[in-house]
Amino acid sequence: MKSVSLATYLAVKEVIRNRGRFLLVALVIALITLLVLFIAALGEGLATGNRQYVANLDAQLIVFLEKSDYVITASRLETKTVKSIRRVKGVDDAGAIYTSNTEIVSLAEPLKVSMLGVEPGRPGMPTILEGREFRTGEARETVIDRNVALRSGIQVGDLIEIRSTQGTEDEFFELEVVGLVDGQSYFFQPTIFVPPATWEKIRPQSESELTSDTPFPSIIAVRLVEPSQTDVMSALLMEKVSNIEVTDIETTINNIPGYSAQQGTVQTQGIFTLLIGILVIGGFFQIQILQKVPQIGVLKAIGASNGVVGLSAVMQIILVTALGVGIGGGLTYLFSLGFPPTIPLTFNGERSLIAVILLLLIGPFGGMVSIIYAVRIEPLKALRLG
Amino acid sequence: MSNVALEVRDLVKSFSLDGATIQAVDHVSFQVKSGEFVALVGPSGSGKTTMLSILAALLTPTSGQVLIDGQDLAQMNEKQRVKLRREKIGFTFQSNNLIPYLSARENVEFMLRLNGNLDRAARLRSDELLARLGLAERLHNLPAQMSGGQQQRVAIARALIHNPAVVLADEPTASLDTERAFQVVETFANLIHENERAGIIVTHDLRMCQFVDRVLQMQDGKLVRIYEDKKEILELARGTIH
Repeated sequence: MKSVSLATYLAVKEVIRNRGRFLLVALVIALITLLVLFIAALGEGLATGNRQYVANLDAQLIVFLEKSDYVITASRLETKTVKSIRRVKGVDDAGAIYTSNTEIVSLAEPLKVSMLGVEPGRPGMPTILEGREFRTGEARETVIDRNVALRSGIQVGDLIEIRSTQGTEDEFFELEVVGLVDGQSYFFQPTIFVPPATWEKIRPQSESELTSDTPFPSIIAVRLVEPSQTDVMSALLMEKVSNIEVTDIETTINNIPGYSAQQGTVQTQGIFTLLIGILVIGGFFQIQILQKVPQIGVLKAIGASNGVVGLSAVMQIILVTALGVGIGGGLTYLFSLGFPPTIPLTFNGERSLIAVILLLLIGPFGGMVSIIYAVRIEPLKALRLG
Repeated sequence: MSNVALEVRDLVKSFSLDGATIQAVDHVSFQVKSGEFVALVGPSGSGKTTMLSILAALLTPTSGQVLIDGQDLAQMNEKQRVKLRREKIGFTFQSNNLIPYLSARENVEFMLRLNGNLDRAARLRSDELLARLGLAERLHNLPAQMSGGQQQRVAIARALIHNPAVVLADEPTASLDTERAFQVVETFANLIHENERAGIIVTHDLRMCQFVDRVLQMQDGKLVRIYEDKKEILELARGTIH
């Protein structure tokens, strides 16, 4: 206890008396913190933008076209498949999901969105927060996600115009916004939802597709009676229904084109930033300890134990790191207030907390060499008596 | 001047250098009593710094005994030696004496903190000692804001504040001008006498011997002569004896 109090005394006194130097290091740590938190937020933002809709599905299994390798864009199912799946015992409900992209042009600046065709009341249709679900059939109604509302200011009751290239012509369609759902980004874009028949009519399509009025779903979301029975039900569905492959939500997300590679890239950036942090902090404290060799020699010669000297170095590192991480956290928060919603930054509590814990650990980890060095300093040599 | 605070018995310290054995301290014996101020003199390489390092429990002798306040250094482990340095020894060095980020008062009080004795009375004693050394106006100054002489006086206060049995000073005047060097050693001697501590000063400047009670002269690791007569000591200090 005496050692802790002595070490704290020395550490705090030195930091206070040399506050300029320590503040400079704390600012470097703050910048590293800012970078790490932004990379974490960017990773989460990109991940959210990619997977938000799929991750929030009220379903346990996703059905794909056979040999599509669980890639949504490569899957195009038969219309009748959804009925076959609903008939399988153990399936609570199933909903077809039709995917494409479009652009809302009735805005000062056009907004690219994912346009998903879903069946009201079935898996795939998100919970309505405001307004109502659209009617079935070829109703020119849409439900928008919160991201669309945030970016464009569109509200329930508004009319929006979308542009789709059909064949070689640009076609414009008007839709009434009847409902609002929570954030449902898909493929980095905010999402609008329409009934399947409307989707087939207004989606961008090639010349050859224009002759058909039958919408083909990309995937089918399956809600199970027993949500834990995913493996059993997956095998059963593939046995009972032909030309399909089935997987869970997590695999579906990981197979979204570019998702895993992108997350890997962002995580690598984060790891390298932390490594740079370790080197910077380690370098600073090593130089500082080298400058303090005679002083540590005096401390040891007059009776300070290795424990006091080592603990003092550890506390100083923790103090400066904590200060730096605190400043960095504050700066990150202030910067985040000024970023437009188009930049995919999501400050997820869990990811940010992990990043902060790692940042707090890199200080003592980076300074470990200097702490060991300080403990090993021999007073005799430090004082040049030996 | 009665108790033996420091006793050195047949002390030997040898080093190996390029296959040859060097006897840095060669069968040296002496005693220093409480209240006695002793100078350890000799040319460079005579073994006085090695002797001081052994007395300070910073270096282990090859053979022989060192007893501080009756405790044999040879029987102690490292932890006990650290405790001994903290409680029984006061130390001043040539330079880099003070902790640069602590004020004069904090540097002195640090010794009390180390020993867990920092209370109101000890604080007053620390301030009084600094005032006695002419540093009453410098209590809150950092070492960098003080002259070399003032820093040495703070180091002397730190070496004495915890009432150690033995106070060791390694060339405390090396970086001072003559006038300040005399002031520092005279004050040191007075405090050693007043506080009944055993003091040993290592110096190459024989003029400083005028303030000590005894001079131990070393050469080639051996204790070659002891000056005890005050007249002889003064002659040595004046340079009439070599």
